[in-house]
Amino acid sequence: MALVDRSGSGWNSNPPKAEKLRWGELDEDDGEDLDFLLPPRQVIGPEENGIKKVIEYKFDEDGNKVKITTTTRVRKLAKARLSKRAVERRSWAKFGDAVHEDVGSRLTMVSTEEILLERPRAPGTKAEETKIAGDSLAQLGKGGAVLMVCRTCGKKGDHWTSRCPYKDLAAQTEVFVDKPPASETTVATSGTGKAAYVPPGMRPGAERVGSDMRRRNEENSVRVTNLSEDTREPDLHELFRTFGHRGFGFVNFVNKEDAERAINKLNGYGYDNLILRVEWATPRTN
Amino acid sequence: MRPILMKGHERPLTFLKYNRDGDLLFSCAKDHTPTVWFADNGERLGTYRGHNGAVWTCDVSRDSMRLITGSADQTVKLWNVETGAQLYSFNFDSPARSVDFSVGDKLAVITTDPFMELTSAIHVKRIARDPSQQTAESVLVIKGPQGRINRAIWGPLNRTIISAGEDAIVRIWDSETGKLLKESDKETGHKKTVTSLSKAADGSHFVTGSLDKSAKLWDSRTLTLIKTYLTERPVNAVTMSPLLDHVVLGGGQDASHVTTTDHRAGKFEAKFYDKILQEEIGGVKGHFGPINALAFNPDGKSFSSGGEDGYVRLHHFDPDYFNVKI
Repeated sequence: MALVDRSGSGWNSNPPKAEKLRWGELDEDDGEDLDFLLPPRQVIGPEENGIKKVIEYKFDEDGNKVKITTTTRVRKLAKARLSKRAVERRSWAKFGDAVHEDVGSRLTMVSTEEILLERPRAPGTKAEETKIAGDSLAQLGKGGAVLMVCRTCGKKGDHWTSRCPYKDLAAQTEVFVDKPPASETTVATSGTGKAAYVPPGMRPGAERVGSDMRRRNEENSVRVTNLSEDTREPDLHELFRTFGHRGFGFVNFVNKEDAERAINKLNGYGYDNLILRVEWATPRTN
Repeated sequence: MRPILMKGHERPLTFLKYNRDGDLLFSCAKDHTPTVWFADNGERLGTYRGHNGAVWTCDVSRDSMRLITGSADQTVKLWNVETGAQLYSFNFDSPARSVDFSVGDKLAVITTDPFMELTSAIHVKRIARDPSQQTAESVLVIKGPQGRINRAIWGPLNRTIISAGEDAIVRIWDSETGKLLKESDKETGHKKTVTSLSKAADGSHFVTGSLDKSAKLWDSRTLTLIKTYLTERPVNAVTMSPLLDHVVLGGGQDASHVTTTDHRAGKFEAKFYDKILQEEIGGVKGHFGPINALAFNPDGKSFSSGGEDGYVRLHHFDPDYFNVKI
């Protein structure tokens, strides 16, 4: 039978409460008393990338020791010049609900998005996008027998969602990016194919009926929609460059096969936080 | 810029106020607990516990020692900014809607809502330097405006009190006698409830925001209408930059836009206008709900917005903001 020496002065170098506590006996207050059993909190300061790690130890509800590693990127946002009084206030103790704040609390976070002071745009002017002649809404009526819709890449008539060759893009489609591209909310939506809300049932589909009646190089035209506002022509040049020779201006391909490859590869491609829609574009009939 | 998001409030924000030195930001919300944050990195410093109703307004003394808050629980409380301790509580018979310290922090103007048979009123209370000497007696009580008085502030040199509210009329009162000195003209003034009022840094002019989708700039002495800024949404909050000639408006959702086009989130924006040219410079998006509170840091290099979504967004401007031109 062991004698537990509580005086702290005896042979036992362990701290007084060395016997194992049953978790049922632990309550909120006890948790704090046991803090000295935990290794001290470590802060591995910001290194060149600004990555800072804070390693804390806690007891969870079952009395197990838990190690919590919080990794943050420290980034300088602004310079603050504080007056003498302000510097004093910086060292004030926390009070009210902030008393028990720990590193893990996510009350204050830096936005993951870059927010700009967006200049107002005259209605009708939009950032550049490759749009061939072809009113997208007018063509929707010619959708024809479009039965198979893939939710991942948005292509119709090709495969079901479960058979999507771009399955890995599913993660991207899940992310709801509140990106603020382009137009004023008051601008009329028709025919622009970008930044306007087009109900899913009406979104441009893939193959067009009667495209074989069109001229060949126009048939090779590819419309890219759902581009972010920041996309400029050079960006599009670079994006489509790998797929073959293209004509000037919009994304007209010399070879039909190249256009097809561009469509297959880039439709549903995540570019600048948006999923591109790349499909055949049919010029106006007149 | 990368705004700092502060989610300390469970309910919509109602008011934001920076202290004079610009290092602390006080936020009030409908969740009963005003909060103070460090204005550089958004870190929470503390909360003031004691109110039993939505906190509509607050003001901080120039030395950042005293905080005064007005709440729907019919009290206005004085707090020690550093410790969070409640120093005094003024009791009223109706919710308090607006508070403002005078220059010198010796007086405070408080507005109370109409409640049951009571009409709305403007109260002036003396604030003692020593909280133990504080009394509840009013120096002055002004009654008269119909409807709620959403904001009342001290005019230049504490000689006047400027008020505006649900009846859309901006009024200037003499702060010693309580007499009505000036009223805004019905034709040129606001057409709907004035929701917000913000003084310039030097107090010579102020801007009012209204549900009639406009904001107006007025002279503090003569109540002359100087400028009007038009927007598409009802305006809930206004503020002015102390550094550049910019007016910022924050607002709510226009009902007709509810079902159309935009399915994006985070589209409620704070709109920047050129103060003199009355033209829109740009907008800062991000809030998920209407913006209810705006405040500019006295150094003019950052501003914060509080929304119906419970978030406070603290923005430090990029260097190119200071070069922006129409």
